[in-house]
Amino acid sequence: MTDLPRTPPRYSATFTPAVNAEIRRAAASGIYDIRGGGTKRHLPHFDDLLFLGASMSRYPLEGYREKCATDVWLGTRHAKKPIHLDIPVTIAGMSFGALSGPAKEALGRGATEAGTSTTTGDGGMTEEERGHSKTLVYQYLPSRYGMNPDDLRRADAIEVVVGQGAKPGGGGMLLGQKIWDRVAEMRNLPKGIDQRSACRHPDWTGPDDLEIKILELREITDWEKPIYVKVGGARPYYDTALSVKAGADVVVLDGMQGGTAATQDVFIEHVGMPILACIPQAVKALQDLGMHRKVQLIVSGGIRSGADVAKAMALGADAVAIGTAALIALGDNDPRWEEDYQKLGTTADAYDDWHEGRDPAGITTQDPELSARFDPILGGRRLKNYLKVMTLEAQTIARACGKNHLHNLEPEDLVALTIEAAAMAGVPLAGTNWIPGRTGGF
Amino acid sequence: MQTFDLETEGLRALNSQLHALKGQTNLTAWEIVNPKGAHAIAVGLDAPIDVTVRGSTGYYCAGMNKQATVRVAGSAGPGVAENMMSGTVIVDGDASQYAGATGRGGLLVIKGNASSRCGISMKGISIVVHGNIGHMSAFMAQSGNLVVLGNAGEALGDSLYEARIFVRGSVKSLGADCIEKEMRPEHYELLEDLLKRGEADAKAKPEEFRRYGSARKLYNFNIDNASSY
Repeated sequence: MTDLPRTPPRYSATFTPAVNAEIRRAAASGIYDIRGGGTKRHLPHFDDLLFLGASMSRYPLEGYREKCATDVWLGTRHAKKPIHLDIPVTIAGMSFGALSGPAKEALGRGATEAGTSTTTGDGGMTEEERGHSKTLVYQYLPSRYGMNPDDLRRADAIEVVVGQGAKPGGGGMLLGQKIWDRVAEMRNLPKGIDQRSACRHPDWTGPDDLEIKILELREITDWEKPIYVKVGGARPYYDTALSVKAGADVVVLDGMQGGTAATQDVFIEHVGMPILACIPQAVKALQDLGMHRKVQLIVSGGIRSGADVAKAMALGADAVAIGTAALIALGDNDPRWEEDYQKLGTTADAYDDWHEGRDPAGITTQDPELSARFDPILGGRRLKNYLKVMTLEAQTIARACGKNHLHNLEPEDLVALTIEAAAMAGVPLAGTNWIPGRTGGF
Repeated sequence: MQTFDLETEGLRALNSQLHALKGQTNLTAWEIVNPKGAHAIAVGLDAPIDVTVRGSTGYYCAGMNKQATVRVAGSAGPGVAENMMSGTVIVDGDASQYAGATGRGGLLVIKGNASSRCGISMKGISIVVHGNIGHMSAFMAQSGNLVVLGNAGEALGDSLYEARIFVRGSVKSLGADCIEKEMRPEHYELLEDLLKRGEADAKAKPEEFRRYGSARKLYNFNIDNASSY
């Protein structure tokens, strides 16, 4: 009897060890899990798209001889002083508070050296950031922490934040352990308390009000600054159309892969849409209104390489923004700090407790000792290198597709590897002319 | 006195001329006629000038004001004096929603009533309302003072931080984490000053007010308080 084979242990596909661990954690702590970063689940993404490249019917450009331009103008619709960037990869909004002062400085240094812009966040504008950023976008958020007319005027553009991809419909929370003196002072709140950022703006509701709010911001800044409207990837067709109606110069669209400094894991993983599904809808809205390329579209959420940049632009974006990738370029989650990550119960490349302020890399913290680990000059140089590589990669692909400007990439250059990606991106499944939901095929 | 006809000269010309006034200027007195409910009148001012608007205004009149004194000889639409930094804004009539929202300094006086969300997210401004205020006023108010000679609507001071609220009349209900607090000598002193500067000292005395502030129970998240959020 004892020789009969036993049934091996079998894990449930529903109650996986990770699911069970979360149930135990919730039962023990009584609070939902809060973390930083974007969604970690597998999603249809740019990896599911491929470029076709040139062939008999398309002429490629010579890589080392023929020009492939990368510049972009932003804010040409209404602003007296639109922005001109050398490369179409911008740095997304991340707050001083969520990040250390030196980390913000490094983002400004790297972006400026690479010829692009950086963006403030939900904590106001710091001198480090303004001083080191040639082109700085100033976010106008529901909390209005640090908001003032002088900073509005010394910004190069204003970004009205309606939502972000990690949490469309959600506000923010900067936990008390990151509220050191300077952060507390800038936000006009007591040190050490949790800072709740509202999910709705305090003085406008809906697109009709937003139109008037944008008028006020333009009047205060004498119509000089481009005004962006940032939305999370929720209903991109209507959000884009309504942003245009409200008077936006630029629409910033952030998919659910976009990161956050601190939000409930359940929110990050279960609300919003992947950026791949968002871009075609936003582009369609712009095209339907006759505003594609007139109101520029910046997309973000999971952009990692020049291939992602090229794919986003081929789908119709004018530029992209990076946040998580920029932090990794600076040194976030680097294996060199593995010993410290282990002490925090995690490992390099998986650390996401940015809200706790104990970042071994000294980037997502206000702790002076940890911050001192981070060198803003070296960090800036690393970010510049990374941005340059992304640009070179995107140019390589564009030339192979016969394009002399990244903006000339088009959906026709793409195919999809999966039915899901084909349906979302609106490009044919590889080897067919089938776009699910649109055309028949074989 | 500089008289500006908004109807014929337009909003852009108005704000552009007012923005051009830097530091010491001789053009210190302005009168704006025919406002006809226009939005964004006299926004982003940054000079010690006096501006009187003869009529009612739309959204965001005197938004982000610094230094200037702006008087609305009429009623004001939503967001009057939003994010004001300094100076004084006086509304002779009533004010719509979000009056003084996120204001960081200066004094906002509303001679009539203020609608809902008066002083929402205020960050240092002082607001004196001669009449009543609507629901959700001083929501998430961080610092500064809200003085109400009349009554307050529902959910006053919800999710309040360190702002001080003084109400002379009734309060329909208090919001989450907002409680009545003791009036101490420094509060009477503060009120006396605000009532005087708010042109209300003939109407009310400091001892007629009650003070409301934060219980500070929601300052750090606690699951046992979840039903309060």
